[in-house]
Amino acid sequence: MNAPVDYLLHLADNAVVLGQRNAEWCGHGPILEEDIAMGNVSLDYIGQARLLYQLAATRLGGDATEDKLAYFRDETQFRNYTLLELPHNGPLVGYAVSDRDYATTIVRNFLYGALMVLVWDALEKSPDADLAAIAAKSLKEARYHLHHAADWVVRFGDGTEESHKRAQAAVDHLFPYTEEFWTPSAAEDAAVAAGAGVDVRSLRAAWDAIVNETLSEATLVRPQVRGYVPEGKHGRHSEHLGYLLGEMQGLARAHPGATW
Amino acid sequence: MSTVVEQVWATLEHLTDPEIPVVTLRELGILRDVTETPDGVEVVITPTYTGCPAMGQIEDDVKASLSQAGIPARVVTRLAPAWTTDWMSDEAKEKLRAYGIAPPHTTRPDVSVVKFMRHRPAPDVVACPHCGSTHTVVSSQFGSTACKALYKCLDCQEPFDYFKPY
Repeated sequence: MNAPVDYLLHLADNAVVLGQRNAEWCGHGPILEEDIAMGNVSLDYIGQARLLYQLAATRLGGDATEDKLAYFRDETQFRNYTLLELPHNGPLVGYAVSDRDYATTIVRNFLYGALMVLVWDALEKSPDADLAAIAAKSLKEARYHLHHAADWVVRFGDGTEESHKRAQAAVDHLFPYTEEFWTPSAAEDAAVAAGAGVDVRSLRAAWDAIVNETLSEATLVRPQVRGYVPEGKHGRHSEHLGYLLGEMQGLARAHPGATW
Repeated sequence: MSTVVEQVWATLEHLTDPEIPVVTLRELGILRDVTETPDGVEVVITPTYTGCPAMGQIEDDVKASLSQAGIPARVVTRLAPAWTTDWMSDEAKEKLRAYGIAPPHTTRPDVSVVKFMRHRPAPDVVACPHCGSTHTVVSSQFGSTACKALYKCLDCQEPFDYFKPY
C-alpha cells in the first residue's frame, strides 16, 4: 500500500528545512571547500524534497503542486524535526544573532545523516514503489552526507582544544533533540500500518552503533538525555522555524505564480 | 527497432551533458529508453543526483531537439532503477579522463549501512587524469558539483575533479 501523504510531507519537510539551513553557509563557509560542500549537500536535500513534494502533490490531486506545498504552508503545518530548524549555534532566542558555529552544523548533519541512511535503506524496500524509488536515490546521497559529516566530527573532536570544546558543546546542545526521532507520530504510525513506512524504533540500535562509534573515535562524550521530547513533526516548533520559512517563502508569497 | 525510434536515437545522439560537454546523455546513461506508443514517441530519461541543476536543462534540450527534427514526442522522467555511474560506458569514461575529470570507479558492493559506517572505507585511490600518477589525495568529498570530489595530485601538483561512484 502507498504511504500516507502526511508521511511524505514529514520526509520532505525534513529535507527542505535542513537544505535551507545549510544553504545559509553559501558564500560564508569557513573554508572554500566546505562552502562548496555545504552548497552541494543542500542541493541534494532540496532535490530530495522536490521529489517527495511532487509525489505528495500527485497523490493529493486537485491543484496541489510542489511549490504550493513548500511555499504556501505555514509553520504549524510543517512536519520536520525541531533539530533541523535550529540555527547554526548554541541556544539562542529566535531573533538573536550570533556568529555561526560550523561544529553545530556538522554535528547536526551527522546526527540526522546517521538516521537517514537507515531510513532510506529501509524505505528502499517499501512496497510503495514511488517512495522506494526516491529512497534508492536518496540513500546514495545520504551516504556521502554522513561520510562527510562523520569525517568532520572526528576532525573537530580529535583536533585542537578549541575545536574539541566546540564539538562537545554542539553535541551537548543538539543531542536532546534526537529524542524526537524515536517517538513515532500519527503519520509514521499510519505509514507503518499501511506497510509502506519504517518503524523508527527498529532503527535505534543501528543509529546508536554509528553514533557511538564515531563519537568515540572523535573523543567526544555522548550526553545522558532524559526528559523533554521535541514535537516538530507534530507541527509544534521552536521559535526558529518561522524566521527560516519567512526567508524561504517570502519571495514566492510576494509574487505568487511568478516564473523566471 | 522501428524507423522513428531509430530516428529519435540518432537525433538525440549529439546531445551532451550541460556541465560536462564532452559526454553524451546516452553515454552517461541519462537517456534510458525510446518507445513508440499509440499517441507518439516516448523518451525516458532518469535524473542523476536528485538536486542536479542540469536536469531541467537536459529535459529542455531533449524536447527542443525532437521538436526541431519534427518528431512529436513526450519526455518522461523515471526514477527507478536509480541512476548509477556504473552505467557509464567505457568510451564515456575515457572522454572524461581526456577532459581532465577522473572517471568513477565501480560502485562498492552492497554492504549494510551500519557496516559501511563502522568501517568507513578509505577514500578511493584515484589516478591523476593529467599525469596518471596514483599518488593523489582527496581535498574534499564535494567538488565543483555534487557528483564530483576534489582531489590533488602530489606528483604534478595539479588539482582535479573525480566523478564519484553513485
